[in-house]
Amino acid sequence: MSVVDRWPEGRVGPGVSLHDCRPARRRVWRNRRNTVLIVLATLFVLITVGMILVYIVLKGIQTMNWEFLTSSQPFSLRRSGGGFLNGLIGTAIMVGVAAVVSVPLGILGAVYLVEYGKGNWLAKLIRFFADVMTGVPSIFVGLFVYTAMVVNFGFSALMGAVALAIIMMPIVLRSTEEMLKLVPSELKDASYGLGAAKWQTVTKVIIPSAAPGITTGVMLAIARAAGETAPLLLTALGSIQLTAKLWGEPIQALSLAIFDGARNPFAAGQARAWAGALELIIIILVLTVLARVITSRSRLSR
Amino acid sequence: MQSAVNSSAPAPPVGGGRPSPGPGAWRRTGVGRWADPLFAILAALCGVLVLLVLAYMVISTTGTALPVFRSQGISFVTSTDWDPNQGQFGALAFIYGTIVTSAIALIIAVPLSIGVALFSTEYAPKRVRGLLTYAVDLLAAVPSVIYGLWGVFVLLPLFLQPVADFLAKYLGWIPIFKGPASGLSYFGAGIILAIMITPIITALTREVLATVPTADRHAAFALGATRWEMIRAAVLPRSRAGIVGATMLGLGRALGETIAVALLVGSVAKVDASVVRPGYSMAAVIANTFSEATGEHIRALVGIGVVLFVMTVIINMAARAIVWRFNRI
Repeated sequence: MSVVDRWPEGRVGPGVSLHDCRPARRRVWRNRRNTVLIVLATLFVLITVGMILVYIVLKGIQTMNWEFLTSSQPFSLRRSGGGFLNGLIGTAIMVGVAAVVSVPLGILGAVYLVEYGKGNWLAKLIRFFADVMTGVPSIFVGLFVYTAMVVNFGFSALMGAVALAIIMMPIVLRSTEEMLKLVPSELKDASYGLGAAKWQTVTKVIIPSAAPGITTGVMLAIARAAGETAPLLLTALGSIQLTAKLWGEPIQALSLAIFDGARNPFAAGQARAWAGALELIIIILVLTVLARVITSRSRLSR
Repeated sequence: MQSAVNSSAPAPPVGGGRPSPGPGAWRRTGVGRWADPLFAILAALCGVLVLLVLAYMVISTTGTALPVFRSQGISFVTSTDWDPNQGQFGALAFIYGTIVTSAIALIIAVPLSIGVALFSTEYAPKRVRGLLTYAVDLLAAVPSVIYGLWGVFVLLPLFLQPVADFLAKYLGWIPIFKGPASGLSYFGAGIILAIMITPIITALTREVLATVPTADRHAAFALGATRWEMIRAAVLPRSRAGIVGATMLGLGRALGETIAVALLVGSVAKVDASVVRPGYSMAAVIANTFSEATGEHIRALVGIGVVLFVMTVIINMAARAIVWRFNRI
């Protein structure tokens, strides 16, 4: 494929035309102007990142204390004091259950794509629709769980976990697939050469050697699920009670508690929302940073 | 690499001293005979589960919304008359709001993202590039609800409200900036969406730019191109398809964003030509009114969800198709 035929008639090279040689000063000026614009765009994004983090820390730290971490919400958004312990527990339960369900399913699905389905139509179909599923709005997942299950069983932690699992599974599947592809075929051949069956090769050789990468994908999926709000509105509903029940009653999540504080006009509730945001962002950043550390330690690389 | 395998791979149960029974022969006996096909079936089922869940999602939600689709007909997407108490469900105002806020987000986020991606591949030294990647990934990890909180209490008084007032005051003669201006508007929601989708578009664009061969860049420089001319002639033409794909994935995300938009869009269910006035979006109306809805109203909200789903799936499929084709070249 030649690059040269892409240029229109009369042009001999990139940016240089025989018919249209712009004065050098204008070319230099244009170069400078665009460099400045590109640098400004970058600065703008960096400033935004900085402003988000600084405000969360500054505003969150004012309300963050031992009481906030260890007690539940007061009965009214107007009242100060209390904390988001009920939300923290709800998030932990729902994300935990969702991970326990979606991670094995996602990993096995990826094993099918890479080791069994290799390039057949079913594997292509699954890969394509897994991609489609990662693009489905999370609120639609909430609507689905509502119409399929909540109408019959009521709001509960389990419903929230189902919604989060549906969001997490395609993420785990696609990231695991990318990692399994990187396992060198020599390793598999060596395993087969020793007489191992395919399932033994998969569980004892392929998955262990891709484990760091798989863990990274799993942690990113967990970080994503921990911050989800919209699907939980329709499945877990939210509650100011401290509960750890999987079934039978609505449950709070950190994200739901923050949303509640943000959309109501009471200063005490808003202050708690900022502290909750600090708590949530710390959890998510720890997961994300851990995921990065594990990736950089991994011996399989692109 | 090898040592890791030796420690974790099982030693095959070959009888000591006896001649080997031949490749694979040992596993054709006993329970082991079934292990392999069972495992294959289990893995295939997990893969197929994705398809089943997706299919069930479509069936269940569409089934719930069907009575409303039937009773409203085409006016569900062409009428702006939304009155749950009267059984009027015209969702055009929400569809309009979703499209307008996403368009504002794209207009701002695409140039910004291309700028950041160009900076990190064409300008930045290696160490700065790593730092920048890290910052952008950080932005991608922040959840929607925190963007919403920050948007309402920091960005609104500091930036959105003054800018909306400015636009209405000096450009108010143009219908799209007509006042009275509010920061809680299509404009405000569009800005927060732009901030949210910038990391996605940037990350994908950066990957696309990185696939341009260095030789092309050197060729452009050798012909006397300035750095910008090099970008114009060697980098951008090769990346165009990839950038379009990245933009559409960003658009897919913007269409479905819920919480931040619900907090910033202003929550007024009407079609307004002015972007600095309050409106609504499809995802936001579901999140804000679902808890007090009953009966037909719930079905109508689910119907909005189905329309939203169809829109995002079409955008996403087109984006994947473009990105896949790009990857094959």
